[in-house]
Amino acid sequence: MKQAITGNAGPKVRSDIEVTLELTEAGGIELNLRSKVKTMYGKAIEEQCRTLLAYFGIENARVTVNDSGALPFVIAARIEAAVKALTGTSKSFIPEMISENTYHSVRDRYRFSRLYLPGNNPGMFLNAGLHSPDGVILDLEDSVAPDRKDEARILVRNALRAVDFYGAERMVRINQGQRGLDDLDVVIPHNVHLVLIPKCEDADTVRTIDKRIREIKQREGQTETVFLMPIIESALGVENSRDIATASESVVALAIGLEDYTADLGVQRTKEGKESLYARNRLVVAAKAAGIQPIDSVFSDVGDMEGLLENVLSSKALGFEGMGCIHPRQIAVIRQGFSPSPEEMDKAKKIVIAWRDAQAKGLGVVALGTKMIDPPVVARAEKTITLAVRLGMLPENWMEEETVKN
Amino acid sequence: MKTVENAAGRMVPDEINGKEAVPFKGVGKHRPTGRKYAPLIPSCIDYPEDNNKVISSLREALVLCGLKDGMTISTHHHLRDGDLVSNQIFAIASELGIKDLVWLPSASFPCNDPVIQYLEDGTVNRIEGSMNGPLGMFVSEGKMKGTAVLRSHGGRVQAIQDGEVKIDIAVLAAPAADSFGNAKGTGGPSATGVIGYAKPDYLYAEKVIVVTDNLVDLPCWPMEIEGNYVDCVVVVDKIGIPEKIVSGTTQITKSPDRLLIAELTASFLEKSGLLRNGATMQAGAGGTSLAIAVFVHQMLKKKGWKFRFGFGGSTKYMVDMLEEGQMGAILDAQAFDLDSVKSIEKNLNHIPYPVFNAYNYHSKGNLTTMMDIMILGATEIDTNFNGNVVTHSDGLLLHGIGGWQNCLHARNVIIPVPLFRDRIPVIVDRVTTLCGPGELIDVIITERGIAINPRRQDLLDSVRGKGLPLVTIEELRETAEKICGKPEKAAFDDRVVAAIKWVDGTVIDAVRKVKK
Repeated sequence: MKQAITGNAGPKVRSDIEVTLELTEAGGIELNLRSKVKTMYGKAIEEQCRTLLAYFGIENARVTVNDSGALPFVIAARIEAAVKALTGTSKSFIPEMISENTYHSVRDRYRFSRLYLPGNNPGMFLNAGLHSPDGVILDLEDSVAPDRKDEARILVRNALRAVDFYGAERMVRINQGQRGLDDLDVVIPHNVHLVLIPKCEDADTVRTIDKRIREIKQREGQTETVFLMPIIESALGVENSRDIATASESVVALAIGLEDYTADLGVQRTKEGKESLYARNRLVVAAKAAGIQPIDSVFSDVGDMEGLLENVLSSKALGFEGMGCIHPRQIAVIRQGFSPSPEEMDKAKKIVIAWRDAQAKGLGVVALGTKMIDPPVVARAEKTITLAVRLGMLPENWMEEETVKN
Repeated sequence: MKTVENAAGRMVPDEINGKEAVPFKGVGKHRPTGRKYAPLIPSCIDYPEDNNKVISSLREALVLCGLKDGMTISTHHHLRDGDLVSNQIFAIASELGIKDLVWLPSASFPCNDPVIQYLEDGTVNRIEGSMNGPLGMFVSEGKMKGTAVLRSHGGRVQAIQDGEVKIDIAVLAAPAADSFGNAKGTGGPSATGVIGYAKPDYLYAEKVIVVTDNLVDLPCWPMEIEGNYVDCVVVVDKIGIPEKIVSGTTQITKSPDRLLIAELTASFLEKSGLLRNGATMQAGAGGTSLAIAVFVHQMLKKKGWKFRFGFGGSTKYMVDMLEEGQMGAILDAQAFDLDSVKSIEKNLNHIPYPVFNAYNYHSKGNLTTMMDIMILGATEIDTNFNGNVVTHSDGLLLHGIGGWQNCLHARNVIIPVPLFRDRIPVIVDRVTTLCGPGELIDVIITERGIAINPRRQDLLDSVRGKGLPLVTIEELRETAEKICGKPEKAAFDDRVVAAIKWVDGTVIDAVRKVKK
């Protein structure tokens, strides 16, 4: 007899459910429920399981559910995945889109930190947005075991509708190749803001994905742009980075993935990163030339916050404007690193004010201390100020306040 | 026995284990009168002239102290999950064919689960103290013969002092003792730092047995138990397992979600102005509390401020504050980790301070009302800010009260909790078991918002417009329910399996047998 097992159970598993489904010839639905929240939610879980099975037209089955406090959107995803595995049904059970999930993104929003969430691990979804990352990445690619890809896709779809990510940009990393295109069919209709393209090596890949997204959007009547962030993870990708950056209007950032890149080069990845310096420089230049954001690789030692900050600062010095995170505790450090320091802000304020005063007096060049200030210096200072204002580190009317102070 | 509605609207028995019980009347409404209880008058002529009270075995000592059916035996919990003494008492009693004992521990731990067999064979009638894990389950399923009585640490002292509970034999494990019975918590292979929980026991018990694995020359100094109150000293190989004496909870949480709650709590303390130079604080030993202590320590350092004193349960993180100059003194009821045990030995301003003095309703003053910042936990909080710490939402009795009720009397009671655990909401419409009235609970801090008790308009005013996520408690409950779904209530039989005492000895709630 064929049997499908979806989801996860075990002593360390939380907020998930394991569903074992066997189709039978007769006898109706035989449901066997184990749950650590049985007293409070036993009836609700049983009712949900029965309703879903009826929805998928399953009349006779033996179902064992082993629940570790899964929320309804998880239970629904696990049941659907089990039914799909056995019957191949094209029917889907789409949970309600909560009102909190209808916000949009914009092309030039900051993308300092983006938190990776393994796509088949629902326990990490719920509070992800509370840690205030600029983006959350529901990952269907490397963090999901090959035999769990189908169920992860359904779980991620449900999460996009039912989980509040508290204003973070809603990103999905799809798989490579055909599976990635199929991922798009399932996730795009559910307010995905940005798609990460893994191991991107050429502009055609970007165009194919962009085309597929446009088709889906047209079918669904969606108007918002779904942005793209190709991840460059190979020597070929680095060589083609300019083409990739300009392959589509939808591309808003280029990211680099150093684990795969160093593997491709056949070298060790070090903390200093000498081995990837060329690639990182090249990627930053390609991105800036295309007017998009260059984003650095993740820092994999989640226990080393000092190392992370050092890494962020050197990354910022190279021109990067963001970094991936694999642990919520990295978010604040990354944000701090990419934000202007108090010294940078002070200097920028002085330059902008000195320039303004010089303009008023009709002067083309002005000195601050012993240093000459010319337009590029001012432009850089203005960028710093804009960033500080947008991050809430400076009030919009900072210049009036400064003038009053002086 | 009949049940009556108490002042908190809970149905409680008017009689527990055959003794009259006073229903909760409201906070600060009950004032027992009369004289304190006192044990019988002993005479020194009945004790050996050389004052050597060493008896060869615990069994012999128990027999000598007149162990018999129905007696109340008390122990302290400083050995925590490494306690090798308590279970032996009941094993001996069982061998002797003794029945219906009452065990009065100051707390029990998983290592005490073997007592279940003595509850089953009739040696022990009931436990009056905390019940965790399997012991709690045993009680919740209605398997204990007598009715459990849960008291706070201070409530235990109150009950002993006003005669509600009469201890027949106190069996007090001591990391160091001399042959006269003087004893202390420092030194030896099983050091606990302090043994202050034994204070009411040795002062009020009819008979006192000190059990040690470290007999030192007289005088054992500075003594926490005075030999003049001690009947027998028993020397054994080992009273405890050192690595288990250290509390299992004294590690800072690694959970990013709990750290977020800890950060939010520290931020609340800063923005409300509760954190100031000269304040007093108590935070306990849970992972979130420890993280709060670390964040607060960093803030104090940055500002050059110092806590006047902290009350322990001490931990490494308090000791760090003490040694680095951000805490004037630690008053200590129990040492949670080895750093604290060592600190008591070397730091003069790390002072043993039993709950006998700090938390006791019959004391002339209450230390907790001097605490500015009190960080506590809870299994459930309801929309009236009432708190539960003993049962879970499924109705099972799984924790003791500890010092929780006593600590509610602090100036600012702050409870950092997750909004839900797995799928189980922590903020509910009505707590399963009422342990502390909402009028004493001021602030609930969750990862999804901070709710301030409307009775504390001053606190609300102090943080408004400062960027904190302020919400109402009702909004928290709604958010939890929206995410988790509406939970069903646990179903109970009528039978009362445990009474929950308030700090003054009145009955604030009762736990009933869970329906299977």
